[in-house]
Amino acid sequence: MDLIELRDIHKTYHLGEVDLPVLKGISLHVKRGELVALMGASGSGKSTLMNLLGCLDHPTAGEYWLDGRGISGLSAKERARVRKKTIGFVFQNFNLLARTSALENVMMPLSYASDHMAEGEMKQRATELLSRVGLADRMDHQPSQLSGGQQQRVAIARSLVNNPQILLADEPTGNLDSRTSEEILQMFQDLNQRDRLTIILVTHDPEVARHAQRVIHIKDGLIENGETPLPA
Amino acid sequence: MKSLHTLKLALRALRRNVMRAALTTLGIVIGVAAVIAMMEIGNGSSEAIQHTIASMGANVLLVMPGTAASGGVSFGAGSVLTLTPEDADAIAKECPSVGAVAPVVRARTQIVYNGRNWVPMSIYGTTAAFLEVRDWPVAEGHAFTERDVRNSSKVCLLGQTEVRELFGGQPPLGKEIRIQNVSFKVVGVLQTKGANMMGMDQDDIVIAPWTTIKYRVSGTTLGNVNQSSEASSAGSVNTLSDIYPGQESLYPVPSATQQADTPQPVRFTNVDQILCSARSSAQIPAAVQQMTTLLRERHHIRPGQPDDFTVRDMAEMTKAMTSATTLMTKLLLAVAMISLLVGGVGIMNIMLVSVTERTREIGLRMAVGAEPGDILRQFLTEAVVLCLIGGAMGILVGRGSSFLVRLVLRWPTAISVGAIIAAVVVSATVGIIFGYYPAWKASRLDPIEALRYE
Repeated sequence: MDLIELRDIHKTYHLGEVDLPVLKGISLHVKRGELVALMGASGSGKSTLMNLLGCLDHPTAGEYWLDGRGISGLSAKERARVRKKTIGFVFQNFNLLARTSALENVMMPLSYASDHMAEGEMKQRATELLSRVGLADRMDHQPSQLSGGQQQRVAIARSLVNNPQILLADEPTGNLDSRTSEEILQMFQDLNQRDRLTIILVTHDPEVARHAQRVIHIKDGLIENGETPLPA
Repeated sequence: MKSLHTLKLALRALRRNVMRAALTTLGIVIGVAAVIAMMEIGNGSSEAIQHTIASMGANVLLVMPGTAASGGVSFGAGSVLTLTPEDADAIAKECPSVGAVAPVVRARTQIVYNGRNWVPMSIYGTTAAFLEVRDWPVAEGHAFTERDVRNSSKVCLLGQTEVRELFGGQPPLGKEIRIQNVSFKVVGVLQTKGANMMGMDQDDIVIAPWTTIKYRVSGTTLGNVNQSSEASSAGSVNTLSDIYPGQESLYPVPSATQQADTPQPVRFTNVDQILCSARSSAQIPAAVQQMTTLLRERHHIRPGQPDDFTVRDMAEMTKAMTSATTLMTKLLLAVAMISLLVGGVGIMNIMLVSVTERTREIGLRMAVGAEPGDILRQFLTEAVVLCLIGGAMGILVGRGSSFLVRLVLRWPTAISVGAIIAAVVVSATVGIIFGYYPAWKASRLDPIEALRYE
């Protein structure tokens, strides 16, 4: 069974009197363990799609099945529960808590987990993940003391702390230079191959999309290239 | 565990901006400090007033004889002599809420010593219990005894004013003064008591056994205006032989018929008032109740008939005095509450700013799975913690300033545990009330927009 299944998803924003259709019938499948890139120009609707996939928003019409569970009709509270169990986010601007150490940044999502861990256990898990992204010696540093690449690595560690099934990365290299971008993308590939983690990269950069196994092009709220897998 | 974590989170968030947190909570600090200081000063003054009244004889109850009335004409309070020393004994014996009891006979006449004379404000014939009732220690010498009362001994205690006026500073102990040509030996001097609330000099007093004043100074006992009705209730009258127990009657006991045929002229022994003290101020109503019941019974007053005596208590005076301070305290408390309210608005203001400022953080927390309830709890905890810290500091500042007031202005203050508890509860409540709206607003944010917020 596919991990993600979208069937004829519509999303329309109501701006006063005007209806603004952003997604006009999107259907797609993502298998467990895939590394997919979601490409499109700005205004194409890829961010909206990303928000729907991340359970941050609900579609106006259509069905969304995540790991066999229908998401479309869930309330905000139920969607929050889905997010904390199955989805990890990596953002373009890192979104780390200022004046808070890397370790605490990584531990943060755990405090909202339903099965609450002890403080020591949380610390141990965060330490493991920070070592894994190569920041074992920077754990007490605050975001302002870290470089962009390091900050994004902290963000990746944070996104992994809840053992998610999907990692959603929204322009993860948008604020990084090309060398650091390469490192980060390498890390995504590594996570995908070693941990069989499903990753969706949202980007407008073909260089980034090149790292994916499959690229989905979006234009004007519709999928342009169907579901053709790229030649490897 | 989870709530502990929320608390830690709140403390960390507040630590991120210590200066602002401190300024925000200043309103609460001042409000709580004002409440505490006002309560302590208010408590202090009402305690001081109670102490003053206590020195006048705390919990004193005064039983006065009642009013004579004939054909609808009333003769005013005390116009009928209905109280007897036996009433006093009965009160002491049968009223559990009453402590000391002293019958009082009053006289007003000249006293003379060695060419000097003086008319004391009050010459009281009483028992030694009087000093106990009035909480009045003897400065020099000693009080007279029960035996002196029984024997009508010619001894007396002098107030400080008499010592000054008659003796001019000479030691008065053992000297003989004359009260209406009866000479009394001074056995003791009372401590200074000063003026009472009406401005009357309480030290202008001579105290002697009531039997002596009654029979040797006042001389004849005036007839009772209401004698006929009193005589019909022969059980309550007494004769002099009651006062000198142990003396064998020289005559054979008359039979009932003889007694009925030849009624003996009855010599009334009445007292002008009975002074007693309740065991505590809380027992004053009970004491009044017990005394009224007992005296009505002793005086054979049928239900529906008016009392032939009145019981007055100082508690009413105490109440009047304390109600003035209570009013004052309440007024100040209201002002203090207003400043707490203003402090609360300050908290709300800053929390709203903080929510706006941390919109992205809220969005992030929501994205990683924080439910709206988690966000609400977090911001509410922050507000309450801020208020509680303010409350704790306010308690310290308030206690400190009431201490300063005591030190510098010499106003009496008293610690008020109630005020401290109230301050904690009120500041937590202020936190919840004024923190709720910003927290609710934070919890209702849309994570997508919050994440995009610049």
